[in-house]
Amino acid sequence: MSVDQATVRRVAHLSRIAVTEDEVAHLQGELNAILAFVDELGEVDTTGVEPMTSVIPMKLPLRADVVNDGFYPERVLANAPAGEDGFFAVPKVVE
Amino acid sequence: MSELTSLTIAAAREGLAQGNFTATELTRAYLDAIEPAGDLNAYVLTTPEKALEMAAASDARIAKGEAGPLEGVPLGIKDNYAVEGVRTTAGSKILGNFIPPYESTVTGNLWRAGAVFLGKLNQDEFAMGSSTESSAFGPTVNPWRRNGSSQPLVPGGSSGGSAAAVAAHICAGAAGTDTGGSIRQPAAFTGTVGIKPTYGRCSRWGIIAYASSLDQAGPIARSVNDAALLLRAMAGHDPKDSTSANLPVPDYEAHCGASVRGKRIGIPKEYRVDGMSPEIAALWDKGADMLRDAGAEVVEISLPHTKYALPAYYIVALAEASSNLARYDGVRYGERVPGRDIVELYEKTRAAGFGDEVRRRIMIGTYVLSAGYYDAYYLKAQKVRTLIKRDFENAFAEGIDAVLAPATPSSAFGIGEKSGADPVEMYLQDVFTVTLNMAGLPGISVPAGLSAEGLPLGLQLIGKPFAEQELFALGQVIEEAAGRLTVPDKWWL
Repeated sequence: MSVDQATVRRVAHLSRIAVTEDEVAHLQGELNAILAFVDELGEVDTTGVEPMTSVIPMKLPLRADVVNDGFYPERVLANAPAGEDGFFAVPKVVE
Repeated sequence: MSELTSLTIAAAREGLAQGNFTATELTRAYLDAIEPAGDLNAYVLTTPEKALEMAAASDARIAKGEAGPLEGVPLGIKDNYAVEGVRTTAGSKILGNFIPPYESTVTGNLWRAGAVFLGKLNQDEFAMGSSTESSAFGPTVNPWRRNGSSQPLVPGGSSGGSAAAVAAHICAGAAGTDTGGSIRQPAAFTGTVGIKPTYGRCSRWGIIAYASSLDQAGPIARSVNDAALLLRAMAGHDPKDSTSANLPVPDYEAHCGASVRGKRIGIPKEYRVDGMSPEIAALWDKGADMLRDAGAEVVEISLPHTKYALPAYYIVALAEASSNLARYDGVRYGERVPGRDIVELYEKTRAAGFGDEVRRRIMIGTYVLSAGYYDAYYLKAQKVRTLIKRDFENAFAEGIDAVLAPATPSSAFGIGEKSGADPVEMYLQDVFTVTLNMAGLPGISVPAGLSAEGLPLGLQLIGKPFAEQELFALGQVIEEAAGRLTVPDKWWL
């Protein structure tokens, strides 16, 4: 399978990465090189094979359903580019 | 005191215990060695004051007879481990000046064992690469050079800063991470020992994620024994990582030097790929002889799905990366580029913060997970992954104890040589290492000789799940037969 430029733009948007027109052309080439490389998998017969879900068989552990961490908003916000009154600040989302 | 930096961890431990030198003197010797090594670009940040504080605390514990197993040993840490209060970026611009208010479990384990923190080591951005050229801090330079040449070579990657620093004796040992070969390939390129343990052996908590079902922490060291010491301290169960294995950690050091008589070693015929360099093929044969001479039985085996491991890896890893890296949105941490609305803020922030290779990988990952393509790519790759793991299970069921293979298809290459238009050329570096990440198995890379040009070459041993101790025993045989490698010329001084 290979991608056209419209698909490159759509995937970039889904990835939330801005791309310029100049970048679209060479991204198309690079993405197609990678996709051509992985297309080799098509020749493997996987009939009746279960997809892997856990590489080392183990039972997912359960923990007690209690609050065991938190209550330090200033530490949580310490690395945020913008914060206000104990919240992350972003441009207006709801009109 | 420059000779202190040439000691292995085992020898340093001995010297500290006997009072021949103090942890402070040892740490100072490393700090003095780091300073003139700027041309290597191995460290992205050093913390000399913190190092000397930790060393003083080590000296106090040694004096009281309370020394831990790594007491006073100065280590470098790959930049994708969160170290509390120390800038942590995973080699990416998008994390900006991120200062974690917490400590990763593995580094916490190292400090509890008495180790001293020297600084953060360079890596490919988000561990995506095989050369450490994709770092936002610029490439790390391999301390090794070809005979009679001053061309700068890559140290491999993504843990290239860790491997270069260990080889250059500017840390006693280092912590790295391995998703597709990121510990073993740089170890092979720098004449050092690197082990990727079984998936689940080390906690991933506090390590910046690339591909969560493949990522594992592990050490890079100057000897097999040092790697054993480091892994024992790093490993162990952690309730904060639900995939961390609740199993006791053996005393790996006790297995270095253990007999390998009667062990059955598999040589997978599918690894003899087209175009393999004659030098690598000869090294592989030599490695088999070394193990045979130590009493092991070497037999040819078949791992029929080997050639599909790399393409399957690039689907699984990139899909997981696209999901893991969604968190870099310019809201909670790191750099932000303003936008008219929240979507534009995300798009501009991520365009400016991620480098080319990371952007490509996120986009491929997004594509293979998108509606209509999930079954054809992601599900197919996970089925192939089941087959790859089954290949190894079949070999082990037939009585194979470990597998011997080359670590890399070549020796270290020049900076800029493989970063051209086709990204796949770089991906082929992982051809021998990636299979065991796909199967969750442990693998160790041990230096086994020099190329005709005077560069280190490594061999890889692959073991059964949670049988790292066997790899240390077998690795020790290769190390003793081949001899440890030391950089012949400290040209950066």
